[in-house]
Amino acid sequence: MAQLVKSRKACTVNPLKMSQPIGGALAFMGMRAAMPLLHGSQGCTSFGLVLFVRHFREAIPLQTTAMSEVATVLGGFENVEQAVLNIVAKTRPELIGICSTGVTEVKGDDLAGFVELIRQRHPELAGVAIVQCSTPDFSGAFEDGWTKAVTAMVEAMVTGADGAIRDPRRINVLPGCHVTPGDIDELRAIIESFGLIPTFLPDLSGSLDGHIPEEFTPTTLGGTGPEEVRAMGLASWTLAIGEQMRAPAQALEAKSGVPFRLFERLTGLAACDELYGFLSMISGQPVPPRYRRQRGQLVDAMLDSHFHIGGRKFAIGAEPDLLFALVSALGEVGAEVVSAVTTTTSPIIAKIPCEEVLLGDLEDLEAGAAQADILMTHSHGRQAAERLHLPHFRIGIPMFDTLGAAHLVTVGYRGTRDLLFAVGNMLMHRHHEPGPEDWRNAWPEEGACAPSSDPSPHAEKELVP
Amino acid sequence: MTSLNQTIQDVFNEPSCGKNQAKSEKERKKGCTKQLQPGGAAGGCAFDGAKIALQPITDVAHLVHGPIACEGNSWDNRGAKSSGSKLYRTGFTTDMTENDIVFGGEKHLFKAIREIVEKYAPPAVFVYETCVPAMIGDDIDAVCKRAAEKFATPCIPIHSPGFVGPKNLGNKLAGEAMLKHVIGTKEPEYTTPYDINVIGEYNLSGELWQIRPLLDELGIRILSCISGDARYEEVAWSHRAKAAMMVCSKAMINVARKMEERYGIPFFEGSFYGIEDMSDTLREIARLLVERGADGELMARTEAVITREEARAWAAIEPYKQRLSGKKVLLVTGGVKSWSVVAALQEAGMTIVGTSVKKSTREDKEKVKKLMGDDAHMFDNLAPREMYRKLKDAEADIMLSGGRSQFIALKASMPWMDINQERHVAFAGYHGMVAMVAEIDRTLANPVWQEVRRPAPWERAGDVAWQDRALDAPGHVASVRSANPPDTGRATVRGKEAA
Repeated sequence: MAQLVKSRKACTVNPLKMSQPIGGALAFMGMRAAMPLLHGSQGCTSFGLVLFVRHFREAIPLQTTAMSEVATVLGGFENVEQAVLNIVAKTRPELIGICSTGVTEVKGDDLAGFVELIRQRHPELAGVAIVQCSTPDFSGAFEDGWTKAVTAMVEAMVTGADGAIRDPRRINVLPGCHVTPGDIDELRAIIESFGLIPTFLPDLSGSLDGHIPEEFTPTTLGGTGPEEVRAMGLASWTLAIGEQMRAPAQALEAKSGVPFRLFERLTGLAACDELYGFLSMISGQPVPPRYRRQRGQLVDAMLDSHFHIGGRKFAIGAEPDLLFALVSALGEVGAEVVSAVTTTTSPIIAKIPCEEVLLGDLEDLEAGAAQADILMTHSHGRQAAERLHLPHFRIGIPMFDTLGAAHLVTVGYRGTRDLLFAVGNMLMHRHHEPGPEDWRNAWPEEGACAPSSDPSPHAEKELVP
Repeated sequence: MTSLNQTIQDVFNEPSCGKNQAKSEKERKKGCTKQLQPGGAAGGCAFDGAKIALQPITDVAHLVHGPIACEGNSWDNRGAKSSGSKLYRTGFTTDMTENDIVFGGEKHLFKAIREIVEKYAPPAVFVYETCVPAMIGDDIDAVCKRAAEKFATPCIPIHSPGFVGPKNLGNKLAGEAMLKHVIGTKEPEYTTPYDINVIGEYNLSGELWQIRPLLDELGIRILSCISGDARYEEVAWSHRAKAAMMVCSKAMINVARKMEERYGIPFFEGSFYGIEDMSDTLREIARLLVERGADGELMARTEAVITREEARAWAAIEPYKQRLSGKKVLLVTGGVKSWSVVAALQEAGMTIVGTSVKKSTREDKEKVKKLMGDDAHMFDNLAPREMYRKLKDAEADIMLSGGRSQFIALKASMPWMDINQERHVAFAGYHGMVAMVAEIDRTLANPVWQEVRRPAPWERAGDVAWQDRALDAPGHVASVRSANPPDTGRATVRGKEAA
């Protein structure tokens, strides 16, 4: 329903977008004892590291092949090889996930070939999984890098089923990069309550949920282990969350025949009904009473919050899948989206229930937010919110000026309920108190536009398959 | 690239740097920093360094010519404060895409400059060159020259592709760009015998404003700060100052030295951190100004202010001194501020059990040695496990470091305080030192440390915490806890590796 409009500016002002390699690196951080490695100059890694440290408030394992000018020109095989050897010697990882960057892609370094050559030359590394993906900074965005890294792990690590018996209780879950560690915890609890055993690829809830670790480790603190990934081919179903996870879900199906069900979002009443219904169907278990009660709570929350959210004007900047989830779920209680900006192309954009989605930056979001009541985007929206005197609901990565970014839960009945409350509260606290002068000269001036009489485009139809 | 290579060689050949002069011709060409180890490196690139050094110039549009990573992953993340324009906090980038790589990014860059000038009308546009345009051969100089003529706005090329070196080199490359294109291009309305430059101060958390009132009181004018809370024109007329102070170790020594050569502005290296350092700095500023023609009475007035401020600061620290006396501090910083902080902490009665000198120059190390009297306290690189051990074995009560290593302390439930550029508290001058001591006290006195160390109800007496297991791994035989054998395989293996 939304039309994608590309910003025609030559200069991006106040970027909403972040680059592919760090999206890929974050995916590798959801793996146990992993060390993500960016093949590029040391700054590529350093910027990503600082960003994640500030968002998660956690130690972040992330290394660099430290490409110098000369190495860049001559080719980076030695750097990649040396980096892998150093990482193995220093940190004993189970998995090294390598993402290329703009520099090494311009040179044309063949990372896949490098990894093969390293395998040949160093048989002693047989016990370490090495996964690589091509993630140039000059195309795509964070979300695309995440997709590529997860797809690469499926392709490199999952083994075929080979006629082995599938375990009907085991299911795979492929969360998009907008699914927080808190969301994963929530999903795990939901899935387990149906007697199912989920394997998350990747699982940031074990590694970046801000817990006190059991061990002193320079690699990731937790996450999914390589042997669990290998066994994903024996599961009965794959749940993909967000359109961005279609590619890895398809790769998993092609490799091992596990059928997948794609949930474009898990925020919103109907979207959640789909999930609980599906889990009930595949498990043969009824929906547990706890979730039946939570559904009632969500319905009540929608009734209570629609007074405050309905008709209010939202300016939202987020990556495609998150934008889709937010615009849809808030639209279902009557929110009006006056400005929607995203970072990269995706088939989901056409389904976002608003008129127009701009592929642009926060300057565009700000320009479209003149009439807005609230701004929703990551922490970089703070300057725009200040200038516009708008409340700023922080969501997405990075959230560097907020505690508990990892624990913001927006999935499931309960997550949706809490999101509606938080957004509704923010609007309620900014409620305009009437004053004696409010209606003195309240008619619009001659020639000024009257409020649009177009019906809200949001209440039209439910979008989740 | 040839000219960039020449600039880099020129920067490496720094006559005012003692360390550099001690090297042979061949060593000098290799540059100041050790070859980075792939898979074992940490720290920012030259572009990062250039941006850190210049972004505090507040009214300039800082345009990053490169793919989205360079600006998109890092913008608006530094704490430099402004008393005026906020334009420096706006992120501008050409966000290069495949088309630019194939066809060249020059036209794109030119258009981007035009958009900025039309929309924001800044006094200047700084164009930062990153790795990708450097590789594909975009002629940034030519674009800037053309754009400057066409749009009647200075466009300053900053050659700082990340792969030429680390942050420190980037600081210097940024300085070279200022020397080449900005400094000396404007004239101040008037000058006084009391005009100084402050070079290498970025006004993080507003620290420059902790100093400025004292200089105001003394009638000393900061003609130009390079670059904290600076306007473009201030930097452009900085060549008319009478004297200069160089802050922050050697980050911008090339700027200070070349301004001395070209414009006869004498400089000294000083620090705003620590009570005595601050006093020395004020004295030195006054001395240089008097040398350059200011009235000699300035010295007496300066001493009077120093005496008064020191007395106030000591009085304010006094209540804390008792509580902090004997507390042991582990100092892990990028190195630039190590020695200045050491003096400050000692003034508050604390003991430094160790300090990192990874990025410090030889002179810095000499200073630390003089202050702490023992070489053994300095370490180049402290492994996380070792940092942790020092905290755990109560060799230290608190760790002061940058944000990245905070979790080593926090996960071990040990007090930690931020002293790097991301911090939010200003620690400069007399007020700053009192604030720092108060901050350390606030951190140490927090009951949270006792709370978080409380064992969970399901932990039995005699259980060994993971922290202890990690320390008990082979390689830590000296540990008193070695009586308890490590009980997990992985901890053992890792311990071996670390040892």
